[in-house]
Amino acid sequence: MARDTLTGSRIRERRVAQGIKQAELARRAGISASYLNLIEHNRRRIGGKLLLDIAEVLSVEPALLTEGAGAALIASLREAASDMPQASAELDRVDEFAGRFPGWAELLSTCRQRITALERNVETLTDRMTHDPHLAASLHEMLTTVTAIRSAASILAEPGEIDPDWQARFHRNIYEDSARLAETSRGLVTYLEADDETATETGAPQEEVDAVLEAAGHHVPELERGEPESEALKRLGQSISAPAKELLQNWLSRYARDALALPMSALVPLIAEFGPDPAALSQTTGAGPAQVMRRLAAMPPDVLPDPVGLAICDASGVLSYRKPLPDFPMPRFGAACPLWPLYRALNRPMVILSLPVVQQGRAGDGVWVDALAMPVGGVAVNSDPIFEAHMLVRPMPRDIDAITQPDEVGVSCRVCAKPNCIGRREPSILAPIG
Amino acid sequence: MAGHVLVIEDEPNIIEAIKFILSREGWNVATHSNGEDAVDVVRAKSPDVLILDVMLPGRSGYDILRELRGDAATENLPVLMLTARGQSKDREMAERAGASRFMTKPFSNAEVLEAVRALAPV
Repeated sequence: MARDTLTGSRIRERRVAQGIKQAELARRAGISASYLNLIEHNRRRIGGKLLLDIAEVLSVEPALLTEGAGAALIASLREAASDMPQASAELDRVDEFAGRFPGWAELLSTCRQRITALERNVETLTDRMTHDPHLAASLHEMLTTVTAIRSAASILAEPGEIDPDWQARFHRNIYEDSARLAETSRGLVTYLEADDETATETGAPQEEVDAVLEAAGHHVPELERGEPESEALKRLGQSISAPAKELLQNWLSRYARDALALPMSALVPLIAEFGPDPAALSQTTGAGPAQVMRRLAAMPPDVLPDPVGLAICDASGVLSYRKPLPDFPMPRFGAACPLWPLYRALNRPMVILSLPVVQQGRAGDGVWVDALAMPVGGVAVNSDPIFEAHMLVRPMPRDIDAITQPDEVGVSCRVCAKPNCIGRREPSILAPIG
Repeated sequence: MAGHVLVIEDEPNIIEAIKFILSREGWNVATHSNGEDAVDVVRAKSPDVLILDVMLPGRSGYDILRELRGDAATENLPVLMLTARGQSKDREMAERAGASRFMTKPFSNAEVLEAVRALAPV
């Protein structure tokens, strides 16, 4: 049912809320009660003078009667329904619900958003407790120190004489261990407090780094000028947690190495000549294609007016870097679409997969992606390589001769309605298309 | 009775305390603090009881214990495992690796003494 056909429902809602009888409203609007009844049940369209008259009697703006709920509210309610299918919410009447009870609908939508945010926090905290190496190491250190203190203290507390030398040693041990315990616990509190400040806002260290890089436009002028990484870290890492700072430090180190190998002075003229084509730039400069991709993603808007996006994942598929584009969003939480060439590249290491793709449900011709998986680290005896994949997302090249049908991919399963997808991991919150 | 106890633990002050309480009871105590060559040290010292920490530099206590259990010379060696983690899965891991006893930090001196006494061959 289209939203613009619910004007009658809203009239009825307002009338009942004000305690006006149907016959009374009909009389004051100059129509019969049976005709108003048809209008109120959305069986007759209403507009023009009659709408203005009814709005006047009900003392409301006419627009409040004709305009339905916002698309965002409807979408949020649909998501709430898909989260709890067992509730059997009347999805086909969601527009009517939002139109007739906008306040309740807004409340439901807000509650659902809050639940989602809280679930995310719980997930993050659980993950932190289980997998956070810093937390685990700190707790281990504390327990070990407490054990040493307890053992030494109980020896000293026992009745009977103890050799003065041993006594002095245990006193010294307790003193040293208590100082160590104080230091460890202080560090732990600082760590937890720092994380607490950021947990609600960003959740995980990787998300904090993503936010910092996004705000910086993925470009670090200090490193382009060859200044120390510490300067860049000082500026960018001001308000992030300690684990996030460590991730940022690693990223800046890599950025500095890339900028040294491919300085802007050499790269910018080549981009003007070849465009943001990683294979061509790699061939011309001798730098690795993955390094070229990272450099392209770091270029400021005056070098690349049409920006490029970049996703980097490790061998488990977890995104360790994301620079999304408006035409190619990337999921902030959870895993991305398994159909992305980024993941296919892991199946064909050291081959650049270069092809057009379009995200499901998006208008336009799509984008061009170049994906490549390369081994991390050097060759080692009896040690299989671990791969890292890069995927550069760039505007569709203008000089494509043959029109290639772009591959259809998604963002992530939850917000992708692609039917019969072999890569689907979980149901979509959207209705399937086609 | 008393015998030989080998303590493999990387925290020097814990080593010192355990060594003190066991020595006082008449045990001969040897100590070692690295996981990497721990198996060689156990073979060389042939202790009556081994006290083995789980988190050691170089190699985990579980790994060391598994190797000891695979060797006929040490398959029956009584081993008391020490760990800072007391979750049931850690206990299961210790049991699967072949630990005779499992003790979580912070333990008391009396608990260590009682465990060593119980584990020592009669």
